[in-house]
Amino acid sequence: MAVRVQAGCFDPGDELRRFTAALAGGNAGAVVSFTGIVRNTPSGDLQVMEIEHYPAMTAPAIAAMAETARDRWTLADALVIHRYGQLAPGAVIMMVATAARHRADAFAAAEYLMDYLKSRAPFWKKEITTSGAHWVAARDEDEQALSRW
Amino acid sequence: MTITVVYFAWVRERIGLPREEVQTEAATVADLVAELVAREERFAAAFADLSALRVAVDQELTTFDAPLAGVREVAFFPPMTGG
Repeated sequence: MAVRVQAGCFDPGDELRRFTAALAGGNAGAVVSFTGIVRNTPSGDLQVMEIEHYPAMTAPAIAAMAETARDRWTLADALVIHRYGQLAPGAVIMMVATAARHRADAFAAAEYLMDYLKSRAPFWKKEITTSGAHWVAARDEDEQALSRW
Repeated sequence: MTITVVYFAWVRERIGLPREEVQTEAATVADLVAELVAREERFAAAFADLSALRVAVDQELTTFDAPLAGVREVAFFPPMTGG
């Protein structure tokens, strides 16, 4: 399992190819991946998405989520990459990849990781638009999504 | 005891600093918050609505009634927006 918290950009295609290539012995029959992209505002005035995080906590918190997912869905492997800093609209923010014997487990583990990253990994998003800057508020739906696990 | 207190996102902006060393005998996070709030208006403003805040003690999410004995770092921040 690998967790990376970084400012630099990455290529989700390259990451997924390496992740898949490293699965040894054919124990994993399914790989699922999710890529998060910086979404523009409805009016298209987003200049920069600024992502702040808590360096001492971020990677350990995500690693704990990945370990829980691995044990619960018997994952062959998992990968989480999450960026911080100043990101332009359309930039890749993060990705999750999971590998399991069967696809249902790989899908469930990826969704679990996404739900937990949204509400329990210490990141905060700030939208800098042409009309000002504001912190993105946490959504009730994201918090409620955790209850299904 | 000395505790490192760290602030993130709008909590950091409202208080005007990212971290500080605090000399305190507070027994719980809530007691520490009460001491901070009593200092200055900017702290009172940041901690006005605790339901809008989250707290981590030594990098683990916890609740405002968590004890502080032996704790080295307390972090205050709004609900997280990762992903």
